[in-house]
Amino acid sequence: MSVKVYIPIDAAALSVGAQDVADAIAARGGNDVQIIRNGSRGMLYLEPLVEVETPQGRVAYGPVTADDVDSLFDAGFLTGADHALGHGLTEEIDYFARQERLTFARVGVIDPLDLADYEAHGGLAGLKAALNMSPDDIVQTVLDSGLRGRGGAGFPTGIKWKTALAQDNAQKYMCANADEGDSGTFADRMLMEGDPFALIEGMIIGARAIGATVGYAYIRSEYPHAIKTMRRAIHIMESAGWLGDNIKGSGTDFHLIIRVGAGAYICGEESSMLESIEGKRGQVKVKPPIPAISGLFDKPTIVNNVLTLGSVPYILANGAKAYADYGQGRSLGTQPFQLAGDVARGGLIEKAFGVSLRELIEDFGGGTYSGKSVKAIQAGGPLGGYVAPHDFDVAMGYESLAEAGSMIGHGGIVVYNETTDMAKMARYAMEFCELESCGKCTPCRIGSVRGKETLDKIIAGDNVAANIDVLEDLCDLMEEASLCAMGGLTPMPVRTAMKNFPDEFAGPNAKQAAE
Amino acid sequence: MVTLLNTIEDQAARRICADYGDAPDALLEILHGVQHLHGYLPETALRTVAHTLNITRADVHGVATFYHDFKLKKQAAQTLKICRAEACQAVGANELIAAAEKAFKVKIDEGGLTVGLEAMYCLGNCALGPAVLVDDRLYGRVDIEKLKSISAKHAKKAGGRS
Repeated sequence: MSVKVYIPIDAAALSVGAQDVADAIAARGGNDVQIIRNGSRGMLYLEPLVEVETPQGRVAYGPVTADDVDSLFDAGFLTGADHALGHGLTEEIDYFARQERLTFARVGVIDPLDLADYEAHGGLAGLKAALNMSPDDIVQTVLDSGLRGRGGAGFPTGIKWKTALAQDNAQKYMCANADEGDSGTFADRMLMEGDPFALIEGMIIGARAIGATVGYAYIRSEYPHAIKTMRRAIHIMESAGWLGDNIKGSGTDFHLIIRVGAGAYICGEESSMLESIEGKRGQVKVKPPIPAISGLFDKPTIVNNVLTLGSVPYILANGAKAYADYGQGRSLGTQPFQLAGDVARGGLIEKAFGVSLRELIEDFGGGTYSGKSVKAIQAGGPLGGYVAPHDFDVAMGYESLAEAGSMIGHGGIVVYNETTDMAKMARYAMEFCELESCGKCTPCRIGSVRGKETLDKIIAGDNVAANIDVLEDLCDLMEEASLCAMGGLTPMPVRTAMKNFPDEFAGPNAKQAAE
Repeated sequence: MVTLLNTIEDQAARRICADYGDAPDALLEILHGVQHLHGYLPETALRTVAHTLNITRADVHGVATFYHDFKLKKQAAQTLKICRAEACQAVGANELIAAAEKAFKVKIDEGGLTVGLEAMYCLGNCALGPAVLVDDRLYGRVDIEKLKSISAKHAKKAGGRS
């Protein structure tokens, strides 16, 4: 009888050699092993993480290289034997055991494209429940769960859905925003590669709730693995009758189409994304009208983030309360946090809202990868604020993090070590805005260029006090007059860097700039 | 008539448009298809696309120049896409880029004959940076030595195909 060995096919695992490991294990193990390619468990610091199924549970080994494979076989890893790379039972590894996995319950556990395995692990239960519910009841359940948009804005999902449901229009659209452009975030990618059916299931539930018959998943081109997996998953769902006309006799029709982005960060902004799906330049549109009233092709359209939609099946399967029991205040449920940058144990950590930033960085992250001390973290992507260590006790929630000068955003946390030049990071924020601005509004298009130039002067020590005034003024203008969050939030990293590290903007960096 | 004559120059572009039902909203997918075939977007193909989809050449040009992915000029035989977003910067992406510019004797985002370097803004491998993408294959924890061997490996594969 062959032993089941799990080797991730997640892009991050592949990036550090998971394919070579799989090939080596297949070659040496022959008929003794049955290799299953799963998603990643999210402990990226242990990738490639190889798991062996034993009567006690799955035993983990990692990070495994192809060169380690012989010694694993020699040690008897197929029976879960000890080895220098062994970590015991996967689900008892502290990093994993301390998480609350609702949205990511199946990621890393199942073969992402095995629909039967998906169902055996709780998949489709939410959709089956939803097919027996009225659209109003589905919307109410999502409202009661307290689910908010996980893309960054944090708008209550149920209210969005309610608005679209109320529109009397034969054609509506349900879109998934999988343009995960924020640096330090990879949860959408991991979900699409590790449990694509969950996203599709969430979209079908949403489509039934608002009355959409067509949907688009807009996936960024930087994610070729995720695109491939999603295409195959859609095909499997179509063949099984979960996508198409009259799904399982429910009267619900839903057709799902993938659109691949083309390297524009701004297309993560929903109105820009809808323009892009229409085959146009990804320029931001003025709101109102909001997309729920007039969106794609001027029809009522819901745009939800991958993590938002990926949480919907759990809520429908287990009820609103089961989800709302997690979290605190107005931040209910769980958030898949992503720990990245210079961090010893980077990865995906799904926890209820309310966990402290310090717990994530220190207990989970274990300090820096480089061994240097932590200088700051940036939460919420390129538009999120820098937080200094003295503020690490903040609880992770939409409101609490905003009070601390940063934001949850899409749940990304990037760790920087002591050698980071904060003035250069502030300059980079403006540079990034310049590169990625859609060009529609002046504060963003021109403000970012002027911001970069002004920071160059400050870094060079040129008339520093006056230029800081100019920069502050410019930040005010960008915040208040930009059309969307791109220009409106670019000042956040700039200002938090200045506030937390004023010495680095005082001008003595002139020498470094001359280098 | 000149336009019409020119549009039939690119049979491949017509075929790709047909794959998407000649629908204007599939323009991004169509441009991806054209670029996949040629490695960039040749002017003749863009004319054919505009004509076939019944949209203006200005519309097609506008889209082709808005998105970073689309290239109007022939690219280097191999492009190493190096992430320089924040998480990778935190683990030395800028230093990797500087070393790569020296090793491959090209500037980032400035073309090249055999090897080109392109800055990316997040490849979603933020816990295992610096990250690099080559021919749709993702690499993590890349230093300059690893980058050189990745480049050599992909060059060999490409040579084997042709």
